[in-house]
Amino acid sequence: MNRRQRRRLAAFKAVVYVVLGLFFLLPIAAMVEFATRGVGISSPRTLTAFTSIGSDPELVDAITASLELAVITSLGMLALLLPTMIWIRLRVPQMVRPVELVCLTPLTIPAIVLVVGFAPIYNWIEINVSDSILMLALAYLVLVLPYCYRALDAGLSAVDIRTLSEAARSLGASWATVMWRIIVPNMSSAVSNACLLCVAVVLGEFTVANLLNFENLQVAISILGTGNASVSIALAVVSLVFVFFFLLLLSFLGRALSRRRGGAARA
Amino acid sequence: MGALDARPIGASWGGSRSAAEVRLEGLRRVYGSTTALDGLDITIHAGELVALLGPSGCGKTTALRLVAGLEDADGGRVVIDGRDVTHLPTSRRDSGMVFQAYSLFPHMTARENVAFGLRMRKVGVAERRQRAGEMLELVGLSTQADRYAHQLSGGQQQRVALARALAIRPSVLLLDEPLSALDARVRSQLRDEIRRVQREVGITTLFVTHDQEEALAIADRVGVMRAGRLEQLGPPTSIYSQPATPFVAEFVGLTNRLAGVVTGGAVDVRGIRLPLIATDTPDGPAVALVRPEAVSLAPALDGFNGPLSGTVIAVSFLGAVSRLTIDLGDTTVLVQVPTAEAAAHPGGSRVRIALRLDPVLITREGAQGRG
Repeated sequence: MNRRQRRRLAAFKAVVYVVLGLFFLLPIAAMVEFATRGVGISSPRTLTAFTSIGSDPELVDAITASLELAVITSLGMLALLLPTMIWIRLRVPQMVRPVELVCLTPLTIPAIVLVVGFAPIYNWIEINVSDSILMLALAYLVLVLPYCYRALDAGLSAVDIRTLSEAARSLGASWATVMWRIIVPNMSSAVSNACLLCVAVVLGEFTVANLLNFENLQVAISILGTGNASVSIALAVVSLVFVFFFLLLLSFLGRALSRRRGGAARA
Repeated sequence: MGALDARPIGASWGGSRSAAEVRLEGLRRVYGSTTALDGLDITIHAGELVALLGPSGCGKTTALRLVAGLEDADGGRVVIDGRDVTHLPTSRRDSGMVFQAYSLFPHMTARENVAFGLRMRKVGVAERRQRAGEMLELVGLSTQADRYAHQLSGGQQQRVALARALAIRPSVLLLDEPLSALDARVRSQLRDEIRRVQREVGITTLFVTHDQEEALAIADRVGVMRAGRLEQLGPPTSIYSQPATPFVAEFVGLTNRLAGVVTGGAVDVRGIRLPLIATDTPDGPAVALVRPEAVSLAPALDGFNGPLSGTVIAVSFLGAVSRLTIDLGDTTVLVQVPTAEAAAHPGGSRVRIALRLDPVLITREGAQGRG
């Protein structure tokens, strides 16, 4: 690449960053501007909308519930998908396609249609098990399947799991050891990616919670919006910023892990 | 690298364990409609290195995987040290394995890799560390102990894999084409290294390869396989000079096919009478299988035009020797001669060939009925 081409590429990059940056930042800036407006036309800027977030107990409940759901769903997803995916790849490879199909199905069904199916089940659950909002984790487990499947699948195909597992078994490792000590450590970045997607989906979920009459973060924002627009927008800003930093943290964590392992989880 | 240093490892290794005999008895393995192994019988003596050689799909890798327990036999038995292990899971087979693909655990250092099998056997930390160190020293990689797989070259990775397989003091060492991913120079170096280590620890070894040169160079005995069966099992020299079947003759080393006629326990080829390996062969037309190095060259005399004269149509320089392709009119022969001698016969020159009177193998396949 000569100097002129390189300069052109740099210019192109800068333009892309600026355009994308504006695209993402402008709405957020507008939200901040709106949420910090005073009551009257000439009243000074105020942070009351932001400070009142913590003082609304219902809102705090919704935030806590969403965070708990994100954690529960992530753990449930890993417990469900990871062993299944590794197992079918090692022992029943002919099941890889069918399982993939099942995992990707939720992507093709609109959330509103899913809810029609969920509703009677949740009716039963509310009566017989619990009416806690944490029960939503079951529905969310279905919603995150396609994203997490893809993320884990990419990690699994980057590792020669067949050879590694055969090597480990010939050295005396049990199947469980092969899974947790050999395969999982080599796909740590895929695992953190899957968690990242899982958290993003759960924190942003509105339709299912709303239609099943649960008040999670997004539902709370929307309810607030009907009464007090500036608090609702302030909350939206806060949740965006929170999710952004959380994802940043997770991806740094994943990268640090793979660097510590000598770049083993690259590729 | 110091590959030839005398190391005391062999002594500390042996100690409690003597080498085991490995017997494969009538092993069968069927995949759907194809039979990968069709009754394979091999006895590998204690401390011996047997190489299984054959084209891809001949069942050699399947045989090795059955010994390792990575696949289940559809018939027959695997007996290691007098114990029937046919139905034992891999993790309890007590076999050390080195794979064709790089198989080091990427998230562990070389030392951790080598110590892994010991950890599985609940060996204490101190002993684990010490034995892993010894094993790495055995393969000449003590200084690389704290490196990860991606920081090691392909040859080094395979050495670590060898050390890892040996660290558990297995009763049998299984090598599944361990050199085929390496480049030529490293390959022959590591081949000798494997042989040295194997001799030093005196472990019974099964080595699978499709490279005949590798098999002949490394093994005590070579087993040539074809279509799930053993064609011949014997020392490298007898595999090469006394092939039991035409398949073995043609698979191991280059072979010329020269038409001839068998009469009275010898074969007439282009006017030369060659002795047969199997002297009780019935008379009739046949094809003699003649090694390129059993053919010699002389300049053609003026006007000489017999069945043994021809034209050099190609010369390939192979280092110390050269290989010439000679057009004899009705067929071509490959001739292997010292390079200095080959210089006298450039492409296009007329030559006369002579056949060394070594016993040859014949085949009826492709023999002309008219004789």
